[in-house]
Amino acid sequence: MIAELGLAALWLAAALAALQLIAGALALTQRGAALAGIVRPVAVAQGVLALVSFLALVVLFWQTDLSVELVAKNSHSAKPLLYKLTGTWGNHEGSMLLWAMVMGLSGSLVALIERRLPEPTMLATLAGQAFVSLGFYAFLLASSNPFTRLNPAAIEGAGLNPLLQDPGLAFHPPTLYIGYVGLSVAFSFAIGALVTREVGPAFARAMRPWVLGSWIFLTIGIVAGSYWAYYELGWGGWWFWDPVENASLMPWLAATALLHSVSVLAARNALRAWTVMLGVVAFSMSMVGTFLVRSGILTSVHAFAVDPQRGSFILGLLVLYIGGALLLFGLRASSVSEGERFAATSREGALVFNNVMLSAILGIVLVGTLYPLLAEALGAKVSVGPPYFNPVSAIFAVPMLLVLAVGPLLRWRRDSLSRIRLQLVLPVLLFVGALVWGASDAMGILPALGLALAAMLAVASFLPLKGRKLRQVKLPLWGMVVAHFGVAVALLGMASDAAFTKERLVALREGEVTEVGPWTVKLQRIEPVAGPNWTALRADLAASYAGGKVSELHPAARSFWSPPTETSEAALKTRWNGQLYAVLGEESQGGRWQLRLWWKPFVPMIWYGGLLIALGGLLALWGRVASDLRRFVARDKIAWRRSRQGR
Amino acid sequence: MTRAWLLIAVLAVWAAPLQAQDGVPPAPYANVQLADPAQEAKAHALMLTLRCLKCQSQSIADSDAPMAGDMRSLVRERIAAGEDPEAIRAWLVERYGDYVSYAPRVTPLTWPLYVIPLVLLAAVGLVLRRRLRKGDSA
Amino acid sequence: MSEPHKPSRWTLWLPLMLFLGFAGLAMSGLFRPAEREVESAMIGKPMPQFTLRAAVPERPGLSTADLADGKPRLLNVFASWCLPCAVEAPQLAALEAEGIEIVGVAIRDRPEDVAAFLARHGNPFSRIGADDRSEVQLGIGSSGVPETFVIDGQGKIRYQHIGEIRPEHLALLRDKLKEAGS
Repeated sequence: MIAELGLAALWLAAALAALQLIAGALALTQRGAALAGIVRPVAVAQGVLALVSFLALVVLFWQTDLSVELVAKNSHSAKPLLYKLTGTWGNHEGSMLLWAMVMGLSGSLVALIERRLPEPTMLATLAGQAFVSLGFYAFLLASSNPFTRLNPAAIEGAGLNPLLQDPGLAFHPPTLYIGYVGLSVAFSFAIGALVTREVGPAFARAMRPWVLGSWIFLTIGIVAGSYWAYYELGWGGWWFWDPVENASLMPWLAATALLHSVSVLAARNALRAWTVMLGVVAFSMSMVGTFLVRSGILTSVHAFAVDPQRGSFILGLLVLYIGGALLLFGLRASSVSEGERFAATSREGALVFNNVMLSAILGIVLVGTLYPLLAEALGAKVSVGPPYFNPVSAIFAVPMLLVLAVGPLLRWRRDSLSRIRLQLVLPVLLFVGALVWGASDAMGILPALGLALAAMLAVASFLPLKGRKLRQVKLPLWGMVVAHFGVAVALLGMASDAAFTKERLVALREGEVTEVGPWTVKLQRIEPVAGPNWTALRADLAASYAGGKVSELHPAARSFWSPPTETSEAALKTRWNGQLYAVLGEESQGGRWQLRLWWKPFVPMIWYGGLLIALGGLLALWGRVASDLRRFVARDKIAWRRSRQGR
Repeated sequence: MTRAWLLIAVLAVWAAPLQAQDGVPPAPYANVQLADPAQEAKAHALMLTLRCLKCQSQSIADSDAPMAGDMRSLVRERIAAGEDPEAIRAWLVERYGDYVSYAPRVTPLTWPLYVIPLVLLAAVGLVLRRRLRKGDSA
Repeated sequence: MSEPHKPSRWTLWLPLMLFLGFAGLAMSGLFRPAEREVESAMIGKPMPQFTLRAAVPERPGLSTADLADGKPRLLNVFASWCLPCAVEAPQLAALEAEGIEIVGVAIRDRPEDVAAFLARHGNPFSRIGADDRSEVQLGIGSSGVPETFVIDGQGKIRYQHIGEIRPEHLALLRDKLKEAGS
């Protein structure tokens, strides 16, 4: 019954999306103007129905309804409740429904809240959003129906990949998806603006909260994904330049560039065509990334089923939406002027620099990710990995981070470096000092540069607050300061991990001791433990830092029985200055057990930094939305007074 | 007592799939570091850039596959014997083609990988010059 | 407002061009049969120098010198713990029955396991070397089990077959052996 309800809601949502598209498009013409009134309510209803459909699937997974094929294939009655629920999106169909649901709800929110834009642009935007949604509804209904019944019902479910039975999965994919799909709003705004040729500060202010919101979710999603890979894969790495990781990085790079160019457009009415372009590109990258991941055409650690039929369907959608948007851009953008001018040494100049560099990094990641595919089309197999991505992206990232230290200090329109040179003395000294120290330590160029940039940015990011009364500083400025400081913190973690990590591989008997960095680690015993749907061998380690207090670590090797798989559970001990990372390996000769131990100084800074970046975004969003609300309330009050006076 | 039974149960579940993998202990240096830290660092840096052939997308430094273990041992033994890391990479590329190395060489097939960044750099320079210089006159 | 600066026309179409290039590439990727195997780059090159101890008592071990006696033969990389290796046993037996010489390389295997495997699935091998550390496997660019190489009389690798030999592969292998013999 619930499955049928979910399916019906999905069909209805698709029908309403079609209606929204047609009504929105007709309302732009003179004869259809009467239809304008229904577009917003239809958009709201469509989002609500998509939500109902998704909730129906959640309920089915919650109840482990084995008469539904998707549940039978991906769940199991013995699974812990949390993983039953997160199993909803731990599969292809469920994650596509999540995608469509987020897209529908975003459309609803735009329809409900946004009142600043001229009505025609709004109608074109909502029609665009419905057009994109419609494709994904069609995809779900035609080739990925999550509600297909199984007759007769399965006796027991097949289970869920144990790697995915982890709190990380509960948060990582949905956060990332909200980020991916939230960018569809920026995409639709860009389409709307191209249709009506209305690109200006009002457009930028309307688009900004959406870009900020999606960007916050993307940031958190990437941070969570990176941390999840770090402790779940058991090798101590936090970024592998794997195609699936790159697929999430590319929209983030585009959204970061968009975020900054939107600021220029909102404040200075410049970079018009460029901002529209980035609006199109950001969501395009979300779709391209999803396609690359879901179609399985790239080899990745995250094995997704290869299905040419589904792959071609998504590719068709990509060609329709991205191709269509870029066609519209080619036709219309020449009539969108670039707007106000500015000097090279100005806030705008620094932001243009940042945008161009981010776009170049995006280009590098895209080329490196797709190149194996191109080589294969030419009949050869190549691998592109960290030895390519790290130095080549650094060519663009290093100058960008240098400018990041200066840019926020510059004034809009026109400024000179000599005005701020005194403020820059300390950051520059830190940069040079750290670089010299890094070079003497022989740690490699990139880690040394990373440490130097981190030291410089840690100070420079707070300089915009100088000479201001802290209690009067507006939230968006705080947001910028915190986010830029987060970049410094994350850089410190990355560089420190690359430069100072100590590794120890040993085979120990119970009672034996080893050392890694400043840590002394004793293998006390190996013992069996049982969990709800797994059994495990667990090591009891006693670790002490520099002879200090002893703390226990329990790395384990788990075997799940449904489906039968083995995973290795790393154990972490976090201190303020780093993390001890322990993994239990196989038993080797003579009752010895393989242990992999790492001491990673300051490595958690990578994710703390990432979270600070997201927090900065949140502060900025809070500030913008609050001031928007104040303005609305004030305007409504005036309107209300006028209407009373009129009476 | 229950602990002992549980241990036996776990080992039974455990041993079966492992047995199916292979019955031979890993190669001498698969999971053992070289005594000389400088040599080990060299070996580790190389291992991070070699692709595990049995896995989907992992370096041999990050893989539990037995073959990755054999490759790690090969790398460590050759480094210990004084061989240059790039010579070891070349030896593997000679056998498995470019797929085995995460550091693409410049070949007739891969030169665009290195030319595109240069083109991007030029384009970036051009865009910045045009945008930023035009503005100066305003 | 200052003089509007218009971007040049062709740069506006550049994103679309790049995207269409991507779409074409993705299309070709979707419809090309998924090629997941890594081919050896050693075809046409001589076998590396090696000496392997005997994997089972009843057959001698294998070394490079054994492969350069003027006769072409098959070299089968296998393991007792590998399921597809059992699947290809009848095909190997058929080839051996035709008088084709097959030498084996047992990857990471204990003698008793190899003996049990041969007892169960037959022993088509004239020699079996025990490759405990994948030394030969890595040396000839093989990335899994089972794989079968055609070696000519001078000890040169002439052809690589990846995966189990199915009945439909037999004719091709015979042809490759004939080519290697001429």
